[in-house]
Amino acid sequence: MQDVSPSHSELDDIVAAEPALENRGRWGVLVLAGGTFVLVSTFAIQLLHANGSIAFGFDTWRPVVYAYLVWAVSLGASQVLRRGQAGSRALFVLPAVLFIAAMVIFPLTFGLYISFTDWNLSSFEGRKFNGLDNLRQMMSDVFYWNALLNMLWYSLAVLVEYAIAFGLALLLHAEIRARKFFRVVFLLPLMLSPVAVSWMVGKSMMEIRFGPLANLARWLGWETPIFFSDPWLAKASIMVMDAWTFIPLMMIMLLAGLQTLPKEVMEAAKVDGATAWQTFWKIVFPLTLPVSITAIMIRIIFKLKLADIIINVTSGGPGGATDSVTSFIFREYRDRSNVGYGTLLAMVYLVIIVVALTTLLNLLGRWMRGYGQEES
Amino acid sequence: MIVAEETEVDYVEPVQNPAERLRRILVRMLIYGILILWAVICLFPIYWTVTTSFKIAPDVMRSHLVPFYDFMPQWLGWRSLGLSPETIFETSTVREEFLRRFWNSVLTSVSASFLAIVIGSLAAYGLTRFSYKFGPMRNKDISFFFLSQLILPPVVLALPFLVLYKELALLDTSIGLILLYTLMVLPIVIWIMRDQFRAIPVELEEAALVDGLSIWGAFLRIVLPISVPGMVAAFILALILCWNEYFFAALLTSTDAKTLPVMVASQTGSQGINWWAMAALSTAAIGPLVIVGILLERYIIAGMATGAVK
Repeated sequence: MQDVSPSHSELDDIVAAEPALENRGRWGVLVLAGGTFVLVSTFAIQLLHANGSIAFGFDTWRPVVYAYLVWAVSLGASQVLRRGQAGSRALFVLPAVLFIAAMVIFPLTFGLYISFTDWNLSSFEGRKFNGLDNLRQMMSDVFYWNALLNMLWYSLAVLVEYAIAFGLALLLHAEIRARKFFRVVFLLPLMLSPVAVSWMVGKSMMEIRFGPLANLARWLGWETPIFFSDPWLAKASIMVMDAWTFIPLMMIMLLAGLQTLPKEVMEAAKVDGATAWQTFWKIVFPLTLPVSITAIMIRIIFKLKLADIIINVTSGGPGGATDSVTSFIFREYRDRSNVGYGTLLAMVYLVIIVVALTTLLNLLGRWMRGYGQEES
Repeated sequence: MIVAEETEVDYVEPVQNPAERLRRILVRMLIYGILILWAVICLFPIYWTVTTSFKIAPDVMRSHLVPFYDFMPQWLGWRSLGLSPETIFETSTVREEFLRRFWNSVLTSVSASFLAIVIGSLAAYGLTRFSYKFGPMRNKDISFFFLSQLILPPVVLALPFLVLYKELALLDTSIGLILLYTLMVLPIVIWIMRDQFRAIPVELEEAALVDGLSIWGAFLRIVLPISVPGMVAAFILALILCWNEYFFAALLTSTDAKTLPVMVASQTGSQGINWWAMAALSTAAIGPLVIVGILLERYIIAGMATGAVK
C-alpha cells in the first residue's frame, strides 16, 4: 500500500484549489438535494407499492436503480460545484466507491437479513423470519462441515502447486533455448475455462474405458483406473485438475519475482563458491519470499472460490468427498431452492475465510520477519 | 541447481575436465526433459479435445490418438454444431443457438472488462496522485477497501443477487451479468492500474497543469495515452476471467443471456455423451482465448507480473 509520498502532495499543491463561490456552493447543495429527493421518493413509492399500500408504482424495482444512478450523478456534480478542484479530484474514486457500495455493501446487508429467514423461492409463502433456526440447522449439517474441511485440504494443495510453480519458474528463468515458446505453452492452461477443463480432462480423458489418462494408468499397472469412486482419489483428481489450470498464474508471478533479483548478488555468490543448492536456499528463496507470499495468498483466494470443476465433474460426490463450500451451497440451492439457509452458510463461510486469511497473513508476516533476521 | 546454471553462462569456467562437462550435459538434458514433459502436460488436453472433435464413435472408443495414422478425421462433431463444411451454409438451429451463446459471452466479457477498466483506472489514478480523506478513511484504507473485494467469494453474493435481480427484472439479462463480472474483476484492475500509474512520473502532469490543463484534461490527454499498455494487460486478464466465469452465469441466466460455459456444462445427453460434439463445442469455447493467449502473451504476463512485484 502506498502512503502519501511527497510526489502526491506536490501535485496537490500545484493545483491551487480555486475558492468555491458561495453561489456555486448553494447550487451544489441544491443538486444533491434534488438527486436525493428522486432516490428517496422512488424508493418510498416502490416500497409502498410493493406493500400494497398504494396502487401507483412500477412493476419492478428497476426504476430504483435508475434513481440511484441519478443520485450518483447529482452527488458527483455537487462535489464539483461545492468543492471545486477538490471535488473534481473526488470524481476519480467516486464511481468505484458508489459501484462497490451498490454491488457489495447493499447486497451483503440484504444477504445478512435473508440469512435469518426461511425463504423458499419455489413456494408461495415468501420469506419468514425464523431467527436462529438456520444457524441451528447449520450446526448439525454434517455435509457443510465436511465441505469446510475439504476447503482446508484444497487450500493445503496450494503448497504443492507452489513447489511445482517455483520449479517451473526457475526453469524458465534459466538460460534455455525457445524460452518464449515454453512460456506461451506453460501459460495456456490458464486461458481455458474450468468448465471446458472438466469436460476435456475430468470426463473425457479420465473416462475409464478409453480415456488416455485411464489408459496411461492401466499401462502403469493400475488395473481399474476409476478416478472418482474413492473419496481421497476423487479429491486428488479434482486438485490435479484445478492445479493444472492455475499453476501458470503462480509461475508467472514467481518468474517476475526471479527477474527482479539483483544480478550482482548472484555473481557474488558464484565467486564465493556457493553451490547451486546453497545459492537457492540462502539467496534466491529469501529474496523472492515476498513474491512467494503474494502468489500463495492470491492462489488461496482463488482456491477458496473453487466450484466449477466440482459442479461439473463430480457434483460433490462420492458422498460429499469432493464438495467445496461453493459447490455445496450451489447444490443446496438447486435441490431445495432455499435462499435463506444457503445465504447463511455463505455468510458463515465469508466470516471464516476473512478470519483465516487475516490470521495467515499475520503469521506469514511474523515468520517472514523471523526468516529475514535469521539470514542476515 | 538451475539458478547456478544460469550464472555459469556469464562466467567462463576455468576448469573444464571431462567429468564436469558430462555433469553439465546431464543437467542440460534434465532441464529440457522437464520442460518438454511439462509442455506435453499443458498441451495434451488441448490436443485431445481438438482431435476428438474430428473423431467418430469407434475412434473414440478405441482411443485413437494420431489423425491420418490412427483414424481419418471426420466432420461429425462439427456437423452437430452446424459448423462443418457441408452444413455451414445451411440454416441450422444448433449453430444459431451456439452463435447466440458465443455472442452473449463476447458481449458480457468485453463490456464487463471495459467497464471495469474505466471505473478501475479512474480510481487507481486518483489513489496514486491525490490524497483523499473520506471520513476516517485515507488513501491507504480506500485502496485496501477496493482490494479486499478480491477475497469475497462469489457464493456470498450469489443468492442475494438472485433475489435482488428477480426484483429488478435483471435475471437472465446480459446487463445483470455484466455488472457482476465488472465487480468481480474490478479489484484486479485497480491493483494493476495503480502500479501502472505509479510508474508514470508526476512531472509530466505538473507540466501539463502549469500549461493550463485541468486535472481531468491532464489525465485524459497526457496520462491515458501513456498507460495504454497497462490497460491492455488489465483488460486481457479481466477478459479471461469473465469469459470463463461459470458460477454466476449458471445461477442467474436461463435462456436469453446464457453464456458459452453454461452451454458447455449443460450438454449432458440422456443416452450417453456425444464425445465428438462435446469436443467440438469445447474447442470452440476455448479457441478464442487460446488465440488471445498466444498472440498477447506479453501483456498477460506483464499484467500478472505487476501484481506480484511491488
